[in-house]
Amino acid sequence: MSVVEALYQCSGLLAVLVLFATGVLILLLDAFSPLGRKGRLGSVAVAGTVAAWFAAWQSRTTGEALFSQMVVWDRYALFVTSVILAGALLVLLLSLDFQRREGAETGEYHALVLFAATGMILMAQAVHFIMVFLGLEILSISIYVLVGLPRHERRANEAALKYVLLGGFASGFFLYGLTFLYGATGSLTMTGLTAYLGTGGPVFNTYLLLGTALVLVGFAFKLALVPFHLWTPDVYEGAPTPVTAYMAVGVKAAVLAALVRTFWEAIPAVAPHWNTALWILAAVTMTVGNVMALNQPSVKRMLAFSSIAHAGYLLVAVVAGSQSGVTALLVYLLAYTVMNVGAFGVMVVGQRKGVAGEALVDFEGLGFRSPFLGAAMALFVFSLAGIPPTAGFLGKLLVFSAAVEAGYTWLVIVAVINSVVAAYYYLRVVIAIYRRPQTAEAGSMEVIELSGGERAALILAGLLTLAVGVLPQHFWQMARHAALVLG
Amino acid sequence: MVPLHGYLVVSALLFVIGVTGVLVRRNAIVILMCIELMLNAANLSFVAFSRELQNLSGQIFVFFVMVVAAAEVTVGLAIIVTLYRNWKTIHVDEIRMLKG
Repeated sequence: MSVVEALYQCSGLLAVLVLFATGVLILLLDAFSPLGRKGRLGSVAVAGTVAAWFAAWQSRTTGEALFSQMVVWDRYALFVTSVILAGALLVLLLSLDFQRREGAETGEYHALVLFAATGMILMAQAVHFIMVFLGLEILSISIYVLVGLPRHERRANEAALKYVLLGGFASGFFLYGLTFLYGATGSLTMTGLTAYLGTGGPVFNTYLLLGTALVLVGFAFKLALVPFHLWTPDVYEGAPTPVTAYMAVGVKAAVLAALVRTFWEAIPAVAPHWNTALWILAAVTMTVGNVMALNQPSVKRMLAFSSIAHAGYLLVAVVAGSQSGVTALLVYLLAYTVMNVGAFGVMVVGQRKGVAGEALVDFEGLGFRSPFLGAAMALFVFSLAGIPPTAGFLGKLLVFSAAVEAGYTWLVIVAVINSVVAAYYYLRVVIAIYRRPQTAEAGSMEVIELSGGERAALILAGLLTLAVGVLPQHFWQMARHAALVLG
Repeated sequence: MVPLHGYLVVSALLFVIGVTGVLVRRNAIVILMCIELMLNAANLSFVAFSRELQNLSGQIFVFFVMVVAAAEVTVGLAIIVTLYRNWKTIHVDEIRMLKG
């Protein structure tokens, strides 16, 4: 490969390269410059993320497989990349001040967030299973460290241990499954698998089915689908709140993107077998997630269970499959990312002075202490519950209609019942926000001041939540173009 | 020459031992070792298939897996060390502050 050729191929990985270079730069600055000790590295990370976003939108989406069939830069990857970068940007903005407050001003935090984003984007771009695996591990290992970063906190230690053990366990299943896919088809590229299997009638082959099942288990662990979700509430609760937000949105977006590529692009020939499994997983995941969320006294834990339930809704779109299914999935991913980071973001701000912690009682009267925070939380929670005119409503509408179109009426009925159940625990938060606290202590009515980064993150998330809900055409169009790639 | 089947049976055994170990053992370091066993089962099966199919990508994948496994163990052990400092134990049954 000549230098010019190599440079040309690098243009397909521009976003990843920018993020990676910024991450390394932050590590160097942290070690060798006084800037590191002043806690300014967060702004470098924010700048790097914005630059990566511009890089992603500037590079042409050729859809041609680069670096000997390893990665591809197409509109599908572009859409998922934008969602991931939006998530990373919001998380970085939220943690600018959080870090300082917790007394954990470390450069590696910001670098690790960027490295995790690198892995996520690689997963969305991967068309070779080595790349899928590498992307998965880059993001997982970065996030193991992020979860355990407050190393003097027993809670974070426990969460990190659980995550690293279960994450490794999941990687084992995923990898073992890949060996059978390889054994059955003799190829590790997605196009190679499709070429071998053909897109026609159903194929039956023991290795292939075993491989598919094991790969699905690996994905299910990472996506926290029931019954592979047991680690989720503990890890989400124990991790620092901005990291929880990042795990809930970024990891899900990346893994789902890879899952859709794997199942609909590489092995659609086995669809009759795995689609039933996904159907059951979707139904069980949303039901268990919502039921467990009903009576959680901690909002953080409740949001953890609600993110399990949302993984179930996302899976409904994967089951539906078709063009409209993938379009719906992408729009829902965007909606889920902005509203979920927003909801966790309000909690990050609240934790700031110990005024409002993680428990539901701590949210009481938030609407009076800080009208801005109260309104923002109400907006995000309404969106999570799927109430119009928010992004969450539009996402659910698209997902459910795509599933009905594809003939999965029963699954949609289960999903709709679930949304009704979910409204109960979401609205409980809104009620708490606008109820005057019973025991008005001196400190509890203190007004909360927001830092610039937090305000910017919440406004950005709020605007996007409303924009996707009110003016969906633009986003829908982009998702539609992205879905065409997988046709 | 050992047939493909032989290798696959051994790798399946290794994998099952690994999974059982993760589920049964309660010492965090032993669990980490069992995860390594699972990854190595996958490696063996990759190499076996690679020879059977006369195709190199399986062997190349094994190199990547070894590197990733090393990175994962490094992070895992670091987490166990910091955990031990605070908890004075690495038995996963005793580490249950988060209800669940």
